[in-house]
Amino acid sequence: MAVVQDVHGHHDHHPSGIMRWVTTTNHKDIGTMYLWFSFAMFLVGGFLAMGIRAELFMPGIQILEPELFNSFTTLHGLIMVFGAIMPAFVGLANWQVPMMIGAPDMAFARMNNWSFWLLPVAGALLISSFFVPGGAAAGGWTFYPPLSAQGGLGVDMMIFAIHILGASSIMGAINIITTILNMRAPGMTLMKMPMFVWTWLITAYLLVLVMPVLAGTVTMLLTDRHFGTSFFNAAGGGDPVLFQHVFWFFGHPEVYIMILPAFGVVSEIIPTFSRKPLFGYSSMVYATASIAILSCVVWAHHMFTAGMPAVGQLFFMYATMLIAVPTGVKVFNWTATMWRGSMTFETPMLFSIGFVFLFVIGGFSGVVCAIVPIDIQVQDTYYVIAHFHYVLVSGALFAIFAAVYYWLPKWAGRMYDEKLGKMHFWLSMIFFNVAFFVQHFLGLAGMPRRIPDYSLQFADFNMISSIGAFGFGLTQLLFLYIVIKCIRSGEKATDKPWEGGSTLEWTLPSPAPYHSFETPPVIK
Amino acid sequence: MTQSVTKINVAMLKKLLVFSMIMFGFGYALVPMYEKFCEVTGINNLLQPDVVDKNIKVDMTRLITIGLDANVRGLPWQFKSLQSNVKIHPGESIEVMYEIKNDSDREVSGQAIPSYSPRFLEKYLKKFECFCFTKQVLKPGEVRRMPVKFIIDPQIPVDVSAVTISYTFFALEPGK
Repeated sequence: MAVVQDVHGHHDHHPSGIMRWVTTTNHKDIGTMYLWFSFAMFLVGGFLAMGIRAELFMPGIQILEPELFNSFTTLHGLIMVFGAIMPAFVGLANWQVPMMIGAPDMAFARMNNWSFWLLPVAGALLISSFFVPGGAAAGGWTFYPPLSAQGGLGVDMMIFAIHILGASSIMGAINIITTILNMRAPGMTLMKMPMFVWTWLITAYLLVLVMPVLAGTVTMLLTDRHFGTSFFNAAGGGDPVLFQHVFWFFGHPEVYIMILPAFGVVSEIIPTFSRKPLFGYSSMVYATASIAILSCVVWAHHMFTAGMPAVGQLFFMYATMLIAVPTGVKVFNWTATMWRGSMTFETPMLFSIGFVFLFVIGGFSGVVCAIVPIDIQVQDTYYVIAHFHYVLVSGALFAIFAAVYYWLPKWAGRMYDEKLGKMHFWLSMIFFNVAFFVQHFLGLAGMPRRIPDYSLQFADFNMISSIGAFGFGLTQLLFLYIVIKCIRSGEKATDKPWEGGSTLEWTLPSPAPYHSFETPPVIK
Repeated sequence: MTQSVTKINVAMLKKLLVFSMIMFGFGYALVPMYEKFCEVTGINNLLQPDVVDKNIKVDMTRLITIGLDANVRGLPWQFKSLQSNVKIHPGESIEVMYEIKNDSDREVSGQAIPSYSPRFLEKYLKKFECFCFTKQVLKPGEVRRMPVKFIIDPQIPVDVSAVTISYTFFALEPGK
């Protein structure tokens, strides 16, 4: 292999062109690739969402045949969860964790490369499953049997993709845990770590705890489909309800895997723009840990209607409502951090405040869903859709946007266009609420999810929701434009573009050099 | 990175990989754990006879029609009920007969799984004796008649006048 050496800095020995990216073991390169990959998948998942909302724009079947509609909802969920949100946070961790703890790179640089390059394979499998006979999986992103036991080749491709994504996540998580535990700069004790690093440490532990269980679940599904086992196949004495238990044992911690790093991002940004240290740092750490622990004992609240003794329902109801306590501690701490701070409202701060505001709405509707008698009413309606989009879009996704705006000057060495950034925020904020707030009403009125048609009384709210969704989708193209404009022609960024930034990455030059902290900094 | 840090990292990697493998196994261990849990707590109780209060009162004012249905999945058997339906008063005990015949020239074993319509019938149907409590092993060409003895609890909602009890025989792997 002929590799052209690129020698413009005395440390920058790496292949150029495409091979730089294929063979790279540099945490910054890999972080960049994670982020671009997740953005590409975000656009694919967004395209599917636009298809769903276009079909639901009016009652009746206009654009998508019901089977294809089901594939759209299924793949929208899978791609957004496993392809967009999770890799984006791993990308942020790759960029930021070593820089924030004063480490030169991730602990296992080559494994890092491998865990990224598994992702495009899985993404390609998911997308190409639309074009095989029988189409893509259509049984919902939770792929409950018996539907997932019956589908065609598309379901097998989905199962294989989930295996690959699981392997990638486990490797990524192992890498992050090892980096954080073993490679912190001298003097940085655990309780001096930035909050983003703490949330990722806990998230990574959750990942190694539950991703293997998901791998086991899909393996059981695969052997049920092709090798004559009967874990979930009632015809052979198996139990489809067992699948739901095992799946949600993974699935509920999974939603915290997607939100804890978001908590970390917001806990970095709000202090910076309030020019005050984070209020209640140690309570924040303990709250994160208790959310993670509680998240492992609440899985059956997804299954209140699947058949469960009343005592089980009560346990899972109370345990679920208990999560509101540490979450409330966090929200209180963020608010208290802003209290009497000298606040400014640059784009990262706007997205963070938007996050706190809308995540609280999603959190409250979560407590509503936790109440068994109400859950039995709203189960599988648009109320649930509204709930988890408030925590995943205005929660996880807004935090990712905030993080990108916050750290882009450090990554690219250039500032983004503040005016356009603010426009991106306000358009996202307005269109998001137009799209999803009305879905609460639809759900309470009884509109079921995953159905391409609806009865006429739901027509107006659905049209409003679709308009909001189209607006939200288009707004994200503006985000792409802002990022590209920043990288190409943004103003030069200073080493510390945010006055209040206090973590280690701001002690590095902008853009961050290819190799940083080769001699670890000393933390006092 | 110094040598010692690399060593510690690799040790950590091994621990975490082992932990992941254990969690993969734990996913599989959940299957017998749930089975045991359901057995102990009596959830999903299909294989044990029900116990009924001896002084249960027969409700002579109501008559419920019970459809009896029989199916076979993946077995070389014929399976039918000898009556297609029966009428009983809630609280009155009754015995119905089913018949299976092994059409093949080998010994085959199967397990019957009940299902009910409406679904909540499960709560009100009390079975004292059923061929579904054990597996059935049939020699080549063997014919067997088997009873089901049960009552319907008079607590059953008053608007129910017809129900269906269905049994499906599934093949058991040889040796099970």
